[in-house]
Amino acid sequence: MRPVLWADVRAFEQAAEGLEAELRLRVPSDVAFVEEAVELVARHLEASFIDRKLVRFNLRVALTEALANAIYYGNAQDETKGVAVRVLFGRHAVHLEVTDEGGGFDYRFLPDPTLPEARTLPTGRGLFLIRNLVDEVRFNSTGNSICMILRRD
Amino acid sequence: MTFSVRKESNGVVVVAVDGQLIVGNRQELKQRILDALEAGDRKFLVDFSRTGYIDSSGLGVLVSLSKKIRDQGGDLRLAGLNEDLKTLFELTKLDTLFGISDSPDEALTAF
Repeated sequence: MRPVLWADVRAFEQAAEGLEAELRLRVPSDVAFVEEAVELVARHLEASFIDRKLVRFNLRVALTEALANAIYYGNAQDETKGVAVRVLFGRHAVHLEVTDEGGGFDYRFLPDPTLPEARTLPTGRGLFLIRNLVDEVRFNSTGNSICMILRRD
Repeated sequence: MTFSVRKESNGVVVVAVDGQLIVGNRQELKQRILDALEAGDRKFLVDFSRTGYIDSSGLGVLVSLSKKIRDQGGDLRLAGLNEDLKTLFELTKLDTLFGISDSPDEALTAF
């Protein structure tokens, strides 16, 4: 069966912290789906979140990075696995949770990609960008789920 | 997203990125430039005037292409970055690795 991007939006049943709506996606483990998934999330947020610039750029890049990490490193591009995206949002806050089906990784020890010796390397910037583009980053204890939080008061 | 490629009279190959340069399409850009490098071209300009965003995969491709082109005695320059993209290059300190011009026209005179 050909993998498809699946999405569902509804009112957030346990509304708190100004998070009123919930969008859920299941993204196949194929990077060809990343742009479509990111645009789908961004379109929903552009209509509700207060800061369009954050949605236009910060959110798009951060979500692209998280999905690419989940597909390449978490699920090892295994077509039988998917990436679960859960977005809770309101006018002033967005929580983006991206969860893969992998064993997790140790997010605490990542080299600084801006050091002179690292700048010429083609990889190693994904999580660095996420940390710099969103207000808060949380991981679950396994390390296979990242929550990226954007806020504007 | 599409890439358009043209060659200027001074021999510079200009690749314009229309849309995003991200994990899903970076290989296409890489292959286009590597093919031109293989064919003997040495001067390359990537025009981001119509680009929305770039992710770390896109940045990584630019880094590896830059190295390959320099190894062959060529040069890769970038132009047309919007404020968001400039911030991305400054954040990652990749602005120290590339020749970056405000506009494609300005970049073409810099080779």
